[in-house]
Amino acid sequence: MKTLKLLSLLLAVTMAVTACGGAAAPTAAPAAAGGTIKIATQTPLSGGLAAVGEGMKNAVQLAVEQNSGPLKAMGFTVQVVPFDDQAKPEVGVANAKNIISDPDILGVVGHYNSGVQIPSSEEYHGASLVNVSPANTNPKVTDRLYLEVNRVCGRDDIQGVVGEQFALNELKAKSVYILHDKTTYGQSIAEFFRKAAEKDGLKVLGFEGTEEKANFDPILTPIQAANPDLIYFGGMFDQAGVMFKQARDKGIKATFMGPDGLDSADLVKIAGDAAKGMYYTTVAGPVSYYPEAAKFATDYKAKFGKDPEPFGAQAYDSTVILLKSIEKAAKDAGNKKPTRAAVRDAVRATKDFKGLTGSITFDSKGDPAIAKYFVIQVGTSDPAKWGENKAVKTLDIPAPPPPSK
Amino acid sequence: MPKLQLRSLRELLFPLFQIIIFVLGASLVTSIVVLLLALLLRGTRTDTDLLVAVISVLPQTLIDGITLGFLYALIALGYTMVYGVLEFINFAHSEIYMVGAFAGAELALTLQSAQVLGVIPPLLYVVLAVVAGMIVSGLLAVTVERVAYRPLRGAPRLVPLISAVGVSFFLQDAVRLFESFNRNAFYLTYPVIPEFDRRIIFGSIATASGGTMDVGISVKVIIFIVAAVLILIALNYLVNATKLGTSIRAVAQDRLTASLMGINVNQVIAMTFLIGGSLGGAAGVLAGIKAGTIDPFFGFIPGIKAFTAAVLGGIGNITGAMLGGITLGLLEAFVASYLTLFSKGALPGADYAAITAFMILIGILIFRPSGLLGERVGQKA
Repeated sequence: MKTLKLLSLLLAVTMAVTACGGAAAPTAAPAAAGGTIKIATQTPLSGGLAAVGEGMKNAVQLAVEQNSGPLKAMGFTVQVVPFDDQAKPEVGVANAKNIISDPDILGVVGHYNSGVQIPSSEEYHGASLVNVSPANTNPKVTDRLYLEVNRVCGRDDIQGVVGEQFALNELKAKSVYILHDKTTYGQSIAEFFRKAAEKDGLKVLGFEGTEEKANFDPILTPIQAANPDLIYFGGMFDQAGVMFKQARDKGIKATFMGPDGLDSADLVKIAGDAAKGMYYTTVAGPVSYYPEAAKFATDYKAKFGKDPEPFGAQAYDSTVILLKSIEKAAKDAGNKKPTRAAVRDAVRATKDFKGLTGSITFDSKGDPAIAKYFVIQVGTSDPAKWGENKAVKTLDIPAPPPPSK
Repeated sequence: MPKLQLRSLRELLFPLFQIIIFVLGASLVTSIVVLLLALLLRGTRTDTDLLVAVISVLPQTLIDGITLGFLYALIALGYTMVYGVLEFINFAHSEIYMVGAFAGAELALTLQSAQVLGVIPPLLYVVLAVVAGMIVSGLLAVTVERVAYRPLRGAPRLVPLISAVGVSFFLQDAVRLFESFNRNAFYLTYPVIPEFDRRIIFGSIATASGGTMDVGISVKVIIFIVAAVLILIALNYLVNATKLGTSIRAVAQDRLTASLMGINVNQVIAMTFLIGGSLGGAAGVLAGIKAGTIDPFFGFIPGIKAFTAAVLGGIGNITGAMLGGITLGLLEAFVASYLTLFSKGALPGADYAAITAFMILIGILIFRPSGLLGERVGQKA
């Protein structure tokens, strides 16, 4: 009995100390007058897509470090709260519920996967919490016309057409075999590519979806027999890399092409020489393309020891937009912590914001009024040189009008 | 002495002939079926010449099917041997296969970072990787048996089954965590060996779209098939011509009587797990080398399909496992390649290949639960 009492007392004391210690940790500085403002990030930090997800999170942290001066001067402490959505919709939604329950979080920078962003943003919408997305390209993201959802990148309904036009006009392809990964993002952009191809007379020899990650033989054999000029894979680099490698191993000679989901150094890490010479479209150019981003690249390398990942610059811009909007909303509230609704409105009102990736103005649905689209060719099978891939075509295309109800 | 050697030689060569004849026979049957279908339906199709389309894809489909078949055979052997001695289905076997693949990958990547990989002959690297996979998987299987199954030996049948499923999930996440900490990514890629990616071209074949297609086989696939055949022969020899093999067969036949004959049943069961696990590990390494990239969840589906193969051939029967594996592999490859063609794109072959495998499982369990080669399950008195 005595030992039990002693043990439970010890346990209670330990828990109390941990609770106090835990509460003390986040506020690094002595209690600031204005309070704490938090920016949440939701990206995949584990799993096959972790490389890009980590890169986005790091870019957000760098942006907060470099741009939270004005807010700090007002007396606020600014923090980044990272969440791992594992590229899974259920996890994204669960995290979103956690995020909205923390009143200090005034904005979310994320996600990487449209299929995760769409259900998670239903939660943000319910709590008037603004979400600035660096990388979600599915049209449905903004077509729901939520005030809370904005993105700094382009859309798949245009990206798919850009890819198809390039294949038709530049690559002079006569036939294409389209594959997708059955996710919201992959299937949707594959559909856009197919619609455009059918409209322009580019022969679609096949359209198949697969979740297979290891053994692509059953899918590749019919492709080999159909002998297309081009294979388009709507999906992510971790799956595409394996498929392209196995396709070359089987002797398939078609050109490979895909959307921005293929944009990662891990693609050549997995596929090696199979990926050399292939093309991908993206809404985020290589860092070397943006003149303003040179300093960001050096700062990122100095802080994290490696080159920025794709969508890193976009994540940086998203964060700065968010910070500037919070500043404005705070000033309007008399230098006090603003409400989420005020921040949301300030973000949507962003006009001619000069970021690393260009000038951004949000239109009535949260799309950038004019977005850049790139077609990039993979120049080398060295993962370290991924940022040096050349953009063979760059387009500025305005966002489409909101869908008629 | 000469008599023993002759017997051993026969034990080695006979199964080899059996395997070759069965593979050739099964390939022939499936090819003929598909060709007949093409001939019958030829008139109904105007968009492509069905016969030419079928013939153009046939060689590649056969190679895919045989490769897949041997993979399933190797994994199915693990299931069937354990069922034979314990009448228990080891659902964790798919993860033991996966762990073997990771063990081989870790060894390969370590050799690569130690700059040894470029120096040693590629075949030596394959042997080392396969041995590493076999050792790790075999030991893991024995450990799992000790920890998760032996304490439950007296319990009702369902309890060790659930324990096996639990072990399976545990291993998936354990490997995922381990690799996340170890290499900060849990997709591992086997190092590329240029010699393995070379293709040996046999010739060209006319395709339905008018051009020609090269018919060839990559060195990787040859290595896979040869290694699988060697392992199968070794297993056959072990089970039929050695004392250990006889003990295993005795325990499988009647555990109580075997123990009365002086066989250490627990030890034999442990050895069975060791052998079954090693086979799974070898399959894992070979599959990993062939596929290139592995992840902790990639064992699950092949494991279930291999279990289907074991049931198809007659669970508990070793030859049945090989038979079932090759049959299932061929069927899956043929469905994957031809279903899209025959259904004019309405039924995508890649998806339906998996469905076909599982429909076979259901069908076998309904119509002939003892499998193709299975013995009628006698009532234990």
